[in-house]
Amino acid sequence: MPVKQRTAMPMQDPKERTHNFEQVAQGYTEEMALAEAARCLQCKNPACISGCPVAVDIPVFVKQVKEKDYQGAIDTIKATNNLPAVCGRVCPQETQCEVKCLLSRTGQPIAVGRLERFAADWEAENGAGKVERTSSSGRKVAVVGAGPAGLTCAGDLAKMGYDVTIYESLHAPGGVLIYGIPEFRLPKDVVRREVDYVRKLGANIETDVVVGRTITIDELFEDGYEAVFVGSGAGLPMFMHIPGENLNGVYSANEWLTRINLMKANRFPEFDTPVKHGTTVAVVGAGNVAMDAVRCALRLGAEKAMIVYRRSRAEMPARLEELENAEQEDVEFHLLTNPVRVLGNDKGWVTGLECIKMELGEPDKSGRRRPVPVPGSEHVLECDIVVMALGTTPNPILSTTTPGLNAHDWGGLLADETTGRTTKPGVWAGGDAVTGSATVILAMGAGKAAAKDIDEYLSGRRRDWSRPG
Amino acid sequence: MCVAGVALATRLEEKQEDSRMNEILVKKLLTPVTKLMVVKNPYVAAKVQPGQFVILRVREKGERIPLTVADYDREQDTITLVFQEVGLTTRLLGQMEAGDSILNVVGPLGVPAELPEKGTVLVAGGGVGVAPCLPKAKEMHTRGVKVISILGARSADLIILEDQMRACSDEVYITTDDGSRGFHGYVADQVRVLLEGGLKVDEVVAIGPMPAMRAVCDVTKPFGIKTWVSMNPIMVDGTGMCGACRVSVGGKTRFCCVDGPMFDGHEVDWQEAWRRANVYRDEEKIANDRCASCGGDR
Repeated sequence: MPVKQRTAMPMQDPKERTHNFEQVAQGYTEEMALAEAARCLQCKNPACISGCPVAVDIPVFVKQVKEKDYQGAIDTIKATNNLPAVCGRVCPQETQCEVKCLLSRTGQPIAVGRLERFAADWEAENGAGKVERTSSSGRKVAVVGAGPAGLTCAGDLAKMGYDVTIYESLHAPGGVLIYGIPEFRLPKDVVRREVDYVRKLGANIETDVVVGRTITIDELFEDGYEAVFVGSGAGLPMFMHIPGENLNGVYSANEWLTRINLMKANRFPEFDTPVKHGTTVAVVGAGNVAMDAVRCALRLGAEKAMIVYRRSRAEMPARLEELENAEQEDVEFHLLTNPVRVLGNDKGWVTGLECIKMELGEPDKSGRRRPVPVPGSEHVLECDIVVMALGTTPNPILSTTTPGLNAHDWGGLLADETTGRTTKPGVWAGGDAVTGSATVILAMGAGKAAAKDIDEYLSGRRRDWSRPG
Repeated sequence: MCVAGVALATRLEEKQEDSRMNEILVKKLLTPVTKLMVVKNPYVAAKVQPGQFVILRVREKGERIPLTVADYDREQDTITLVFQEVGLTTRLLGQMEAGDSILNVVGPLGVPAELPEKGTVLVAGGGVGVAPCLPKAKEMHTRGVKVISILGARSADLIILEDQMRACSDEVYITTDDGSRGFHGYVADQVRVLLEGGLKVDEVVAIGPMPAMRAVCDVTKPFGIKTWVSMNPIMVDGTGMCGACRVSVGGKTRFCCVDGPMFDGHEVDWQEAWRRANVYRDEEKIANDRCASCGGDR
């Protein structure tokens, strides 16, 4: 009988870790990885693979870990996943591969993500770092955005022999991995390593290029590109449209996290970009981004950091692990609480968040019970920083500068769910640009599916262009 | 799309190997506090339209700041930046010399200015704000619009780009706050004198420090003349991702980097814009003091 409990992940102590940006989850040691890998049942018909958006051959790589063939394990993962050190850290495995694991019927599922991270980190330390580079066919594909979707798509296309160039608008590649997810969850050295791998596969990355402004998609075609994949990611942050949202001290989560992660404002004045630290920080929302934002607030020195969320704990979109991490770090949770106004002083600085209590009513379209306000329950949470973590709408630059590339009313690009084909022949799209705020791995899955379909299209196997609804 | 005969995308692919990318070709002191730089960047030069800006970064630990493109030469692959040393990054930029390269320049960003095809437009620039007026005045002049320009500054020695503005204006008025040259008063006062004197204009473009733009808007409003202003809020990415640059226009939150930077000045919430522009005043002082003490370690 396998051990029912999975091998615990060594964690930095909550009291200490809120004072630094070092990794919270410190990664399995070899002994831990071997113990965990030994739990795998090696199912004849493994269900876990079908739960993985990029179809990693999980039983095979776990077996290789168990046999101490770590290079074999990472090679197996990299056959389908270009960013394993990232996925091993930030994927919501509990709702994807691990939820399908047979072991979860009698105990805890195998810790796929932790083993994936172990294999990737092993390679970073011990691997030869040699990458087989497919010789180029000379056929050119452009990828817009060097985030998870774009890096995955570009890596796969390079493996197939296409001549791929990624155009990135920021000064550093990585997209949300570099500007959004904090160092304590995903060290930027890890991101740089993964980006370097995609480069070694043969993808060229050009930063400081805003496709739609510096060059248009039609110009890319005129200049010899045969296909374009759009993975432009999150766009404008959403706000609540309540009074006081433009007071000094109100941030979008995108701005808050970009200042800290990309620009290193937590190290101001060593780095030139500042950020307000705040004594009491209120973060509105309860997704992974909200958890990242509130935990950054603590690490910047806030005495109190709060999550304000209009539904209850059960409806929170954040990964359970991130929620638990935040709870361990003494984040204060104000659930069934909805902001109605940001309060400020006579100089225009935030002094508090006026909220109303909510109760759960009938289920709404999303199936979650709709929160309704409790009359007369208005109250004020005192704070000096408010961070709105309510999601984003896709960036409007491409849809407004590319004739034929159609978007939904809310801004998301229209794209076929299985292939990523857009309304413009020769243009694919995937990731947050299509779905709105979602996860790294879903974006990677979309990038992967698009790469496969781009190959089908360019090789002439599936040349007809059926438009998505 | 070709730049000097080579396909744009082909050149973009070689961008990172181009050692002369973002090289400062010319550096000029326009006034004791204002500098002009001609910078090599074929991609921005090929695409930029009047009203658009770039985001730049001067060093690895540096911040991203927006600067309006004051001029461009599509044949020479260059853009012209004009700036006043007000914060850390502009000070560091000001210390750079011809032959140096700016670490990152990305653009063109923002929506091109909606310029009229005909009629008369009053272009009012204050201080360094004359620089972003230049490409708009040039373009309108080329289209056959009658351009009446006002160039204002605190004193005579701070008037910039006069020759260039004269070359694309039908009439030019000079104003100085101290009366050392031309009209004694603010740009807005000159606008008032002209309008009250019966000058008929279809639109006004007013660019300069925020109080100056606001003052011009206050003058033009009773005349019902559409007045465009160029907002210059704090930005981080500048590409429509972070939302730092929000400006209230007509009661709605707009994002300056993707909806602007040109807005109807009569609709702008100036008080909020001014307040938001000063969010990091304390930090700016810390950074500037630090820069002064280390001599700007680039």
